[in-house]
Amino acid sequence: MTYFQNAKTVLKSLFSRPSTLMYPAKPAKKMALSRGHVTIDPAKCIACRSCQRKCPAQAIVVDVKEKTWEIDRFRCVICASCIEACPTKCLAMDPQYPESTTARGGLYKVTVAGPKKKEPVAAVEGAAKPAEKKE
Amino acid sequence: MGKQVTVPFGPQHPVLPEPIHLDLVLEDETVVDAIPSIGYVHRGLEKLVEKREYPEYIYVAERICGICSYIHSNTYAECIEEIMHIEVPERAKYLRTIWSEYSRLHSHLLWLGLFADGMGFESVFMNAWRLREHILDDMEATTGGRVIQGVCKVGGVRRDIAPEKLDEMLKGLRGMERELHDLTDVFLNDASVVHRLRGAGVLKTEDAYYLGAVGPTARASGVPIDIRQTGYNAYGKINFTPVVESSGDSYARCAVRAKELYTSIDIIEQCIKKIPDGPVDVKVTGAPDGEYFARAEQPRGEVVHYIKGNGKRNLVRHRVRTPTFTNIPPLVTLLKGCQLADVPIIVLSIDPCVGCAER
Repeated sequence: MTYFQNAKTVLKSLFSRPSTLMYPAKPAKKMALSRGHVTIDPAKCIACRSCQRKCPAQAIVVDVKEKTWEIDRFRCVICASCIEACPTKCLAMDPQYPESTTARGGLYKVTVAGPKKKEPVAAVEGAAKPAEKKE
Repeated sequence: MGKQVTVPFGPQHPVLPEPIHLDLVLEDETVVDAIPSIGYVHRGLEKLVEKREYPEYIYVAERICGICSYIHSNTYAECIEEIMHIEVPERAKYLRTIWSEYSRLHSHLLWLGLFADGMGFESVFMNAWRLREHILDDMEATTGGRVIQGVCKVGGVRRDIAPEKLDEMLKGLRGMERELHDLTDVFLNDASVVHRLRGAGVLKTEDAYYLGAVGPTARASGVPIDIRQTGYNAYGKINFTPVVESSGDSYARCAVRAKELYTSIDIIEQCIKKIPDGPVDVKVTGAPDGEYFARAEQPRGEVVHYIKGNGKRNLVRHRVRTPTFTNIPPLVTLLKGCQLADVPIIVLSIDPCVGCAER
């Protein structure tokens, strides 16, 4: 049994570079799989509401009529289950944390492409004709 | 015999990371009785099971505790799988074992740091948390989360680990083992630490057994109870012996946790060598109808999840008994007869996790 058992480690730390990261000066290191915040590609979203149904925290609200997709960043638990459920892969996970917001700024709302209209079979066959009419 | 004085300890106290209140009845400097009161961070998570569907509830189950989060989700998933007769792929079982042991490593290193801080040994505290950071980095690289992994799901796991990454993790752990020896030497051999811990809060073997102590608290008193030996996940295919100490004081509880770090590294090494190829999850349809009672070994001891379903998407009952809750009666026994100055060390030595205890 000895005294100063930790002296070796202390001396080693004294002459080595610090283990800590100078955080605001240097950005925090993030892995490829890190879960920071959910992002959406509005052009791909078909407003199918799969993400809304799968969300355990009920943070996502999709309005099919208004064609909006809304996430409450304060409710979101960043579990990525919406990303797994998305059929068009329009949702993705950004490894960095979102910018800090106030209670009022927690909502993030975007207008999305919305559901595709089912075109009648006849219209598909003569697709060029209605376009000509419009012009 | 002096006059009796009651001293409140907590819920906010420098050595307590979470709120637990103890009324210490003192005679001079000696504690004659301790009356615990909990309920400061009760969140009603068990009731929430009626509002969330069972696949979603795994995220809630994981948030019961911030430190042993992964093992809570694993045990919950195990319950549902047993009720629904789902055969989890072998690879998923090994991955679950690896992540369980990683969370044990990070919890024990966190505790060793807090314990050193409780004794006033700041540099050891910093070093323990520096080593813990490597474990957290590996966890984040494989699961995506540092503390809440969110990687376990009913029917398997959500992510696979590539073989190259597994080798890299093994190399990292072996490199860390040398630094761990330096760290644990301080707890096991440093004269001032041993002087502070020896004989502080002795729990006899019979007391540990009859008061239902679990985990390192029981193993330090010579009760060789380790739920990993029941062979859930892939533990049945792995050789290991639980660390058991006999003296039952704070030093023994500290030694059990320090030595378990090496057991965990050994288990991860065996898992990485034996892990089979194959899928990591199976598709789950339907809803659980029946009840099951699953046990698992958390860093702090045995956790019990009880689940009852009635064939609908929402469960009827979810009951959790966590290791800290079980260790409160032994804690009260430990405190009786100790000195007031030893109270922080003794309370910390059972590794209290009040978030777990109150759910």
